[in-house]
Amino acid sequence: MSTLTEAPPPLTPTAPEKKPPRKRGRLVPYWLLLPGILWLLVFFALPMIYQASTSVQTGSLEEGYKVTWHFATYWDALSEYYPQFLRSVLYAGSATILCLILGYPLAYLIAFRAGRWKNLIMILVIAPFFTSFLIRTLAWKTILADGGPVVGALNTLHVLDVTSWLGMTSGDRVLATPLAVVCGLTYNFLPFMVLPLYTSLERIDGRLHEAAGDLYAKPITTFRKVTFPLSMPGVVSGTLLTFIPAAGDYVNADLLGSTDTRMVGNVIQTQFLRILDYPTAAALSFILMAAILVMVTVYIRKSGTEDLV
Amino acid sequence: MEQYEPDRLSPAQVAAMRRSLRGGRAAMTRRSLLRASTGGALALGGLGTLSACGIPAAGNTQGGVSAEDHSAKEKVVNFSNWTEYIDVDDSEKHHPTLDQFRKRTGISVKYTEDINDNVEFFGKIKPQLAAGQDTGRDIIVLTDWLAARLIRLGWVQKLDASNLPHAYANLSAQFRDPDWDPGRAYSYVWQGISTVIAYNKKALDGVEVKSLSDLLDNPRLKGRVGFLSEMRDSIGMTLLDMGKDPADFTTDDFDAAVARIQKAVDKGQIRRFTGNDYTSDLTSGDFAACIAWAGDVVQLKADSPDIDFLIPDSGYITSTDNLLIPNKARHKTNAERLIDFYYEPKPAAELAAYINYVTPVDGVKAELAKIDPDAANNPLIIPDKAMAEKSHPFRSLSSKEETEFEQKFAKLTGA
Repeated sequence: MSTLTEAPPPLTPTAPEKKPPRKRGRLVPYWLLLPGILWLLVFFALPMIYQASTSVQTGSLEEGYKVTWHFATYWDALSEYYPQFLRSVLYAGSATILCLILGYPLAYLIAFRAGRWKNLIMILVIAPFFTSFLIRTLAWKTILADGGPVVGALNTLHVLDVTSWLGMTSGDRVLATPLAVVCGLTYNFLPFMVLPLYTSLERIDGRLHEAAGDLYAKPITTFRKVTFPLSMPGVVSGTLLTFIPAAGDYVNADLLGSTDTRMVGNVIQTQFLRILDYPTAAALSFILMAAILVMVTVYIRKSGTEDLV
Repeated sequence: MEQYEPDRLSPAQVAAMRRSLRGGRAAMTRRSLLRASTGGALALGGLGTLSACGIPAAGNTQGGVSAEDHSAKEKVVNFSNWTEYIDVDDSEKHHPTLDQFRKRTGISVKYTEDINDNVEFFGKIKPQLAAGQDTGRDIIVLTDWLAARLIRLGWVQKLDASNLPHAYANLSAQFRDPDWDPGRAYSYVWQGISTVIAYNKKALDGVEVKSLSDLLDNPRLKGRVGFLSEMRDSIGMTLLDMGKDPADFTTDDFDAAVARIQKAVDKGQIRRFTGNDYTSDLTSGDFAACIAWAGDVVQLKADSPDIDFLIPDSGYITSTDNLLIPNKARHKTNAERLIDFYYEPKPAAELAAYINYVTPVDGVKAELAKIDPDAANNPLIIPDKAMAEKSHPFRSLSSKEETEFEQKFAKLTGA
């Protein structure tokens, strides 16, 4: 580089008076970043390093744990618990798709058709967040109780025969089956889908719809060619915000599921708290993180959108 | 931490330290000063240590590590307990027995309900105890197997028998000599827990249940049986049902019990392994029958006439929640006085009348009869002879066994 261009003459000595205010201005962004960076350092980076270190340690509570670079823990954890990993992806994926199917029309309605009810409907979407996650999930146990009206109706309509055949329920109940877990996940993460979708849809200029109509596009074509592509950033961020936490969730599988619905979050919880196998728990967390990172990267590449809101 | 070399502190810090050493209110200043000066050191040292973090070995602190006992100066004791595990008055703000203790001794109790789950609480206090630091708690209440682990790790302090005359005299015989703390050197029982079979009459719909085998085998109960996610309760009850003694069993016996339950899981007989949330399944009738804790059943029975319990002929599992003083607790003597207070028959009876668990205190029956005659005659609260004979503790496990058995049990529950 130095052979091609001469180093530019130093500029600073020429304007020493002007420098202080400019310097302060230049530093402002860094000062603004500082709290966030410190926060991430202490509550994200340090725990990550700590967990990474834990995952390659060996030992026991009595003898203490030492870093022995025992990478075999990763392989052992994966070969032992791959069914739970696959289940997590399957359940979180199903819940995400269900959220999209339920959330898109809802967000569309709020953005374009709700008129003066807009704020009220938004509040209704967010209102469940005023109570705790645990209470909301427990409420589903009452709603889906074996003798309850919901399960009764599903039985009368023979819906449960179909889901039983698909392996999503067993017998004439919903609770303690995969279906219950997927429903719980869908319910709990629906607002994370609706809000970004709404933000994306709301920004679409209504005149684009008129223009499409002027060009003789049918409503369905307008949706396919105009509305949906423009809402892609919302779809992408909504699916990410739903899929990522759902894949790591363990509360729904614990309260609404049974022995054959345990997800990887349950395994991590058991390993960490009950069996006290900290290295395996840490390794499982990293495998989950890596798997999600890969899936998300591929997904964002394929979806062809650069904005995420 | 206590011996700071004054010449390494700034003049302002030295002055602050001198002021603080005069005691009283200023003691606070000293603590916060020390905290502030170590905080900086931690921030710098933190990164260095992480590259070789590891967790230091425990178990080199047998007998517990005491801190300077501040009991005489600071008339407080910090008591951490499970939720809804003590008497409250009608306003739900005061705990009458704790108020009596304060009136009598002048020691005020900072009562915190911050224990919801043994394993979670262990995860919470582990970092401090492993590092040899004060947890800020003088008394904690833990179930026997976890109490055993803390004693094994050397994380709790040996109790001073001279402060515990009532406790020594009044502790029921059946709780005196657990194999994990012979003679109660480190722990005293807060309440005893009986693990029984509970059922919902309406949901059973005429199916007769007499033993755990009925729960595991009867096809009419398919998908409506609940087991507990506590390994010792579920395996212990199964061992009893198989004619084995949970106080003295081999690994083969354990494996046989796991296989027995696994068969029921594979058949779809067992609906779920639950923690405390089994109560809602049982009241809604989703569980027709389940393994349950008797203290809950007394409560559920009072709320719903459909709920009842049975003690199988093979017996039931009994366990305890224990009062322990963690290492470095600042008010050890005060804590011991509080433990002793709850072994006087009168406060023990007031507690028993309120929380419906097995009282570990002899001589409570007469006092309890004055408050609540029904409770005094309830064998789930004060076990009669027949009840006591059927009770079986689960033996303590070595650390290796604990890991191995928990692994196997976890696989059974799906993870």
